[in-house]
Amino acid sequence: MSANKDTIGKTITVTVLLCVICSVVVSAAAVLLKPIQVANKELDRKSNILAAANIDYAGQDVIKLFDERIKTKIVDLETGKYTDAVDAATYDANKASKDPVLSVKLDRADDTASIKRQAKYMPVYLVEKDGQIEKVVLPVHGYGLWSTLYGFLALEGDLNTVVGLGFYAHAETPGLGGEVDNPKWKALWPGKKVYAEGSSEPALGLIKGSVTPGAPGAEHQIDGLAGATLTSNGVSNLVKFWMGKNGYATFLANLKAGEV
Amino acid sequence: MSAAKDVLLTPVAKNNPIALQILGVCSALAVTSNLNTALVMALAVTAVTAFSNLFVSIIRNHIPSNIRIICQMTIIASLVIVVDQILKAYAYDVSKQLSVFVGLIITNCIVMGRAEAFAMQNPPGISFMDGIGNGLGYGAVLMFVGFFRELFGSGSLFGIEILPLVTNGGWYQANGLLLLPPSAFFLIGAFIWILRTWDKSQVEKPEFELAKNTKKEAV
Repeated sequence: MSANKDTIGKTITVTVLLCVICSVVVSAAAVLLKPIQVANKELDRKSNILAAANIDYAGQDVIKLFDERIKTKIVDLETGKYTDAVDAATYDANKASKDPVLSVKLDRADDTASIKRQAKYMPVYLVEKDGQIEKVVLPVHGYGLWSTLYGFLALEGDLNTVVGLGFYAHAETPGLGGEVDNPKWKALWPGKKVYAEGSSEPALGLIKGSVTPGAPGAEHQIDGLAGATLTSNGVSNLVKFWMGKNGYATFLANLKAGEV
Repeated sequence: MSAAKDVLLTPVAKNNPIALQILGVCSALAVTSNLNTALVMALAVTAVTAFSNLFVSIIRNHIPSNIRIICQMTIIASLVIVVDQILKAYAYDVSKQLSVFVGLIITNCIVMGRAEAFAMQNPPGISFMDGIGNGLGYGAVLMFVGFFRELFGSGSLFGIEILPLVTNGGWYQANGLLLLPPSAFFLIGAFIWILRTWDKSQVEKPEFELAKNTKKEAV
C-alpha cells in the first residue's frame, strides 16, 4: 500500500479516477437504456389514449392498434384549426407549455384550471370510421388538491357526448381524491353531455353528493368524489376550462361546421 | 462461512436498520402503501447497498480519509442513477409510482451508514453480504408495513383483491388512514414493539428513573 494516502497528489488522483469511472458508468447506462425508456413512454401515452377512446387494447400490439385506429392532428387553439406549425409525431404539449415561444400566459380570471401557462398548440386524436369522425380524444390537465391531473377526455362524433375521462398522472390523496382512477366512478362519465343545447359554455361538472337521474341538468352532472371536494372542484374546473373558449370550444365548433 | 451468514442474517432481526438503528424511515413511509412498490423499492435499496459496499470496500485502502464521505457519495449516487435508469427501462409502471423515491435512495442513511461503518473496514466479499443483509432487513420492514397498509387500506395484496371494497360493490369499508404515510409510523412502531418483545436485549436501559410519587404536599 502507498506510504500515505492523504497526500495531495493521491487525493487528486483518486478523485479524478473515481469521477471518470463513475461518469462513464452513468452515461453508459443513460445512453444504452434511452431507446427502451422512450419506447415505454410512448407505449404508456398511446395506451392511455386508447383507453380514453374506449378501444380495448388488452393483449394486442398497442403501437400497431394506435397507428391503425387513431389519427394525430395538431390544433391551433386560438384559431381552432389544424396547423402544421409543429411536427405531430414529436410535439410535446407539456414541454411546450413551459416554452415562452410556444405558450401563452393565462390571465388569473381565465385560468380556471390553475395551469398558469397554456401551450398554443395541442394535439388531438381522432378515431375515424369510413371517413367520418367517430370519436375525438382531447388531452386535458388542471390542478386538483395536491397536484396537476393529466388526462384525456374523449367525445363521441357529435362532439358533445362524453365517451370517457381518464387521468394518467396525478398525485391526489389515495382513497379520496385518488378515486378519480376508480373504474366505478369513471363509468359515470360515458353518455354525459358537455354543452347544453344551443350553448357554447360547457355545463358539465361534478356536484356534491350523487346525481338524481331524471332531474333537470342530470346529463351535465357527475357524482362528486366523497371526501375530496377540492379534487372534485379541480376536475370540474379543468373540464370547464378545456371545453371553454380558451380550450377546445373554437376547434369543436369548427369541426362541427366542417371548417378545419 | 458462518461469518458471512452472520452478516447476512443479523440485520434482518437482531440489528435491523429501521427497527434498531432507526435509519431510512422516511422512504419506508412513502413507498409502502402497496406491496408492489414496497418490493421493488426493497430490491433497489438492496442492490444499491450491496454494490456500494462492494465498491467502497474494494477501494477502501486508496480512499484518502479526508474526502472519504465524498468518495462514498459519488459511488452511491452513480449506482442510484443506474438503478433508476434500469427501472425506467424495464419496470416503467412501478418506476412511475416510485417517482422521486428511487432518486432519494442516495439520501437513504442505510446505504451510507453501511459504507462508512462496515465497508471501510472489511474486505469486499463480506461487505457485499453485509449490504445484502441490510437490504433484506430494510425489505422485511417494508413488506411488513406494506402488507398491512395494502390489505386494510385497499383490500388487496399485490393488487389482487382479497377483501372486496364497498366502493366496488363488496362489504369491506377501506381504512383511509392506512393509505396515508403517517400510518406507517404506527406500523413501524408496532414492528419495533413486537421485535423487542421477542428479543429483550434490544430494549434500551431507561435514561432516568421517574421519581416516586409521594403523597406529601410540597412545602
